[in-house]
Amino acid sequence: MTDSLTSRPPTFYDEVVAETLGLAENLKTCLQCGTCSGSCPSGPDMDYSPRTIFAMIDAGMKDEVLRSNTSWYCVSCYYCTVRCPQEIPITDLMYSLKRMSIQAGHYQEADLDKAPEFSETFMNFVENNGRSFELGIATRYHLRYHPLGAIKLATGMGLKLFTKGRMDITPTKIKNISQLKSILNKAKELGGAA
Amino acid sequence: MKYGYYPGCSLERNARAYHDSTMAISKPLNLEFVEVDDWNCCGATEYIALNKIPAFALISRNLALAADQNIGENLVAPCSACYLNLKKADHYLAETPDLKQKVDTALEAGGLQYQPGSINVQHLLETLVLDVGFEAIEEQVQKPLYNLKVAPYYGCLVPRPAAMDSFDDPEHPISLDKLIEKLGATVVDFPLKAQCCGGHMTQISEDTALELIRHLLKNAADNEADMIATICPMCQLNLDAYQDAVNARFGTDYHIPIVYFTQLMGLAFGIPAKKLGFGKEIVSSRAALEKISDEAPQPVKNSKKVQKTSSLPMPIMIEEG
Amino acid sequence: MNDKKQIPEQLEKVGVYICHCGSNIAGTIDVEDVAKWAKNNPNVEISRNYEFMCSNTGQELIEKDIKEKGLTRIVVASCSPLMHEKTFREATERGGINPFLFEMANIREHGSWATNDKAAATQKAKALVNGAIERVVHQVPLEKIPVDINPATLIVGGGIAGITAALELAEAGNQVYLVEREGTIGGHMAQIDKTFPTLDCSACILTPKMVDVGQNDNITLLTFSEIEDVEGYIGNFTVKVRKKARCLIEELCTSCGICEEKCPVKVIDEDYGAGLGYRKAIYRAFPQAVPGYPVLDKDNCTYFENGKCRACEKFCPTDAIKFDQEDEILNITVGNIILATGYDLFDARRIPQYGYGRLPNVFSSLEFERMVNASGPTEGHIVLRDGVTEPESVAIVHCVGSRDQNYNEYCSKVCCMYSLKFAHLVHEHIPEAVVYNFYMDMRTPGKGYEEFYHRLLKEGTHFVRGRVAEITDVGRNPAEEGKLIIQSENTLLGKQQRTPIDMVLLSSGMQARHDSEEVSQLFKMGCGFDGFFTERHPKLAPVSTMTDGIFIAGACQGPKDIPETVAQAGAAASQVAKLINQGTVMMEPVRASIREDECSGCRICNNLCPYNAIEFDDEKKVSRIITALCQGCGTCVAACPSSVIDGAHFTNTQVMAELKGLLWDVQPAPQKTPA
Ligand SMILES: Cc1cc2nc3c(=O)[nH]c(=O)nc-3n(C[C@H](O)[C@H](O)[C@H](O)COP(=O)(O)OP(=O)(O)OC[C@H]3O[C@@H](n4cnc5c(N)ncnc54)[C@H](O)[C@@H]3O)c2cc1C
Ligand code: SF4
Ligand code: SF4
Repeated sequence: MTDSLTSRPPTFYDEVVAETLGLAENLKTCLQCGTCSGSCPSGPDMDYSPRTIFAMIDAGMKDEVLRSNTSWYCVSCYYCTVRCPQEIPITDLMYSLKRMSIQAGHYQEADLDKAPEFSETFMNFVENNGRSFELGIATRYHLRYHPLGAIKLATGMGLKLFTKGRMDITPTKIKNISQLKSILNKAKELGGAA
Repeated sequence: MKYGYYPGCSLERNARAYHDSTMAISKPLNLEFVEVDDWNCCGATEYIALNKIPAFALISRNLALAADQNIGENLVAPCSACYLNLKKADHYLAETPDLKQKVDTALEAGGLQYQPGSINVQHLLETLVLDVGFEAIEEQVQKPLYNLKVAPYYGCLVPRPAAMDSFDDPEHPISLDKLIEKLGATVVDFPLKAQCCGGHMTQISEDTALELIRHLLKNAADNEADMIATICPMCQLNLDAYQDAVNARFGTDYHIPIVYFTQLMGLAFGIPAKKLGFGKEIVSSRAALEKISDEAPQPVKNSKKVQKTSSLPMPIMIEEG
Repeated sequence: MNDKKQIPEQLEKVGVYICHCGSNIAGTIDVEDVAKWAKNNPNVEISRNYEFMCSNTGQELIEKDIKEKGLTRIVVASCSPLMHEKTFREATERGGINPFLFEMANIREHGSWATNDKAAATQKAKALVNGAIERVVHQVPLEKIPVDINPATLIVGGGIAGITAALELAEAGNQVYLVEREGTIGGHMAQIDKTFPTLDCSACILTPKMVDVGQNDNITLLTFSEIEDVEGYIGNFTVKVRKKARCLIEELCTSCGICEEKCPVKVIDEDYGAGLGYRKAIYRAFPQAVPGYPVLDKDNCTYFENGKCRACEKFCPTDAIKFDQEDEILNITVGNIILATGYDLFDARRIPQYGYGRLPNVFSSLEFERMVNASGPTEGHIVLRDGVTEPESVAIVHCVGSRDQNYNEYCSKVCCMYSLKFAHLVHEHIPEAVVYNFYMDMRTPGKGYEEFYHRLLKEGTHFVRGRVAEITDVGRNPAEEGKLIIQSENTLLGKQQRTPIDMVLLSSGMQARHDSEEVSQLFKMGCGFDGFFTERHPKLAPVSTMTDGIFIAGACQGPKDIPETVAQAGAAASQVAKLINQGTVMMEPVRASIREDECSGCRICNNLCPYNAIEFDDEKKVSRIITALCQGCGTCVAACPSSVIDGAHFTNTQVMAELKGLLWDVQPAPQKTPA
């Protein structure tokens, strides 16, 4: 048997709003109309639709929200944002939820989605080189976490791209990488861990 | 006209064709693109998902460099994700004092500074449509792309994020349609022209991504497009490199080349295909390009006007644009 | 200024009354403290606080104090003068002193309601009360000015609101001018097929009233006409009306309709036909139009285009066609005006993702009203845009352009009900069709309305809760090919849903007329940001406006259905009838006057007066104000270089005294001692 919802303090809601730039305050005015979820290209594959996520945030269901795949399945298409009748910056809220779920450490759990790992791989790459090359990251990411997937990728798409000269073996590096590193280190200090 | 130019990581390698064709068309159009020296990755759609302040600091380093290098106040980004990130950073820095203060401190650690608003970030399409203009583009056309049926594809990040003033309609953009028409090509109806290419879902959930890519390919094929013209490296990659996977998964047989709109402009301007990066696409565009004819096609009668007498009038549309 | 403090020779005896307004004022303001403090003013004879000053006991308190304590002035500190100034002036008068020796301080809207800070609110209340006391001692007795009411009334807009108001007044024996912009009266109700929730035929209940309007001798019907200018004030308005040329001599026309039949030009009927049907270049919107004679549409007439044709003229049996007819300008004088200009339908083309105008089988609600009507272009058959195919499935989309910050923020109130009506009509016409209603919230408050919803539930309509995200013709699988697909979230299941259907009806909201702002300026009354006309009080004066003698009725005030529209129209008519019966109204004596012997005759004020109330006496070379025309706006008072214009009840002395009183606790800046 599952428990009925108990009222929880609204701190989670405040955390989400504080983490988001722009008119995040508008989240209070969500009408639960479902325009966002109806517009969402990834909607069918999300654990909870964006609208449901907002109802859950309102109900203080922090754990469930941050463990769900919803924000990671957001493709940043901005359809929800331009269509929301209450002008809620939904796509930006999805970014906030991603950050919060990483900060909460949920992404390390094995049964979770692949997305945070992908973002992390990407980040490591950028921080060490200043540049990225999406395919290189994809390969590295697949090799590290999903060896079988990587084989498929390498023999399929990756190989083709490689022969077309569209894939690098090594990424380029910017000249002043030390400058970038000091900027990012400072920024991390200011922005809290992660 | 002189512009700062931010190629972004994709254009270095994967989307080299985009870069080459952009450079090739810049000359006849009298555009001088000066690359920001030592620019770094904008973080794509991933970095911002990790930590807000470093993400904005990462992007802002580029704005600071651009502002510092005396390359003009306009900064052109051909990649949609780069364009959005740069523009968004500038916007939020101006709007959020707390964010600005932190980013300032971070930039200082690298001996840099940036004043929001001092750089005007443009997408390449915006530069071509608004600054250069359709007329000037049409003037350069030497080999019109007669008979070539093109589906103009905008994707998400340029038309939509409306927090900033978008230069086209977020739901039904038309600027690329008009531009391609000027090249002599035939623009096919492509209702999904601003829908998602799958974005990073190719890396996260192939099921989701392939389904989205399939919708786009199907829509272009149903409307008999010879090719899809994109304005974004991510869109190009997803539609091009995963076309086989879509065919394998769904038992379809799509062969729709995905090219950059600048490549088509270059062809129409009479620039040799080699210089425009043709051949780098996985689904070959050769067959499609062979369809280009020297003669203008007969104007097709607008099917809406050939109405049976019994049919009811359509609502009159407000003049576009 | 004189060093000595100007104290009136004899101190006035002011009575001060601080109202608690229950806890509305007393909850925030220390009323006892304010009352006690007010006694310090040497002019104050008595100062009280009381729970409800507007109650009978409160008013009697004033009357009694005047009689027993010999008060000469009264100050009440309570709510806005808009609420109770009249009440207290009358109490003052009953007590035996001139009502203009009363002054009101608004410590509720300007005090207790504006803040939770008790100390600050109390301090401000003191300032407001002190200002009123200092002012009231300088006030002088004034007499109200009687104004005769012209018994004729102008009604603008001939929809069901204008028709109802016109008949109410005319049947009671009053003269009415009904001015309608289109060629016929009827408004939107004439376009509608059936009316919810009873489903009576709209035309059947409307056209008898239209006929009554046409036949009532007390009603002068001016159709195809526009108001160009409005001057005057309650009781005495002069209105300039442009009666546009119909290219037709009305007296000769027998409404036989031959011209219409013979006219070779066919154009899409954008107005009455909602764009779904066609009409001729000379046309009547519909056969029961009132008046029955047609209008010639010069923009589409071949004769006006290239000088040829004249078919109508040739065939007209009574030679009624007159191509070179000119517009006529009429000046009418009326005592009151009712605005009943109605609404526009939200244009669904503004939401591109709904495909209206792009996807043929997406229809607007008014298109559907015309389609389902037996006298409409499809003779009542529900068909797709091809004009023949019956839909097997129909989706009705609620809230189009409503409840949306991007378009209209408000709920348009009637759309849920008319969407239910549409579902019923589809079931009735095509019993096997599957019908979906996509709604955000079902809003059916009204007599018999919820019951109507239940009826539709029983009829088998599918209700899907979720605002429609987009409508597309791009199918993803064979089941979707060739259909329109509604993409939405089924919010009760939390799942995205794609619903393939044949036909979509967009339930657009009602919005203010595109020109409502200009109209409100023409009549010098207000409209809100959304363009709907503003009522004097949302609860207690819903059909009055801030301008005396101008009333509003129907959908021009806000979205509403026919029952509510008719009720408002009746209310507006009875407000006007009250004024006509009174014959005169007493107007505020707040008027300007010129001290003629001091006037230099510079004439600066003459052209500044927005009401043309200042005339120039050529013999005496002085300006003079026509009291009946003056509205007391004060423009001339401020403009006069010789300061010889006085605004009654707003004299310089009164205003300065009030200001000084308000600023009692502000320390004057330390003055330098002159060297
Ligand atoms: C699709 C649809 C279905 C509906 N169905 C129902 C229903 O079933 N039951 C129900 O109760 N309600 C229904 N309604 C609501 C109904 O239409 C309105 O309540 C009603 O028509 C309001 O009447 P009105 O006279 O205020 O305005 P209108 O009908 O708009 O009439 C205003 C008149 O003023 C004229 N006018 C405007 N401006 C000027 C001007 N400046 N000078 C001169 N003339 C002017 C116009 O030409 C028009 O004739 C429906 C509404 C819609 C959109
Ligand atoms: S579209 Fe906006 S208002 Fe509607 S459910 Fe989503 S967030 Fe809430
Ligand atoms: S921006 Fe994200 S959440 Fe919003 S519709 Fe697109 S994918 Fe869904």
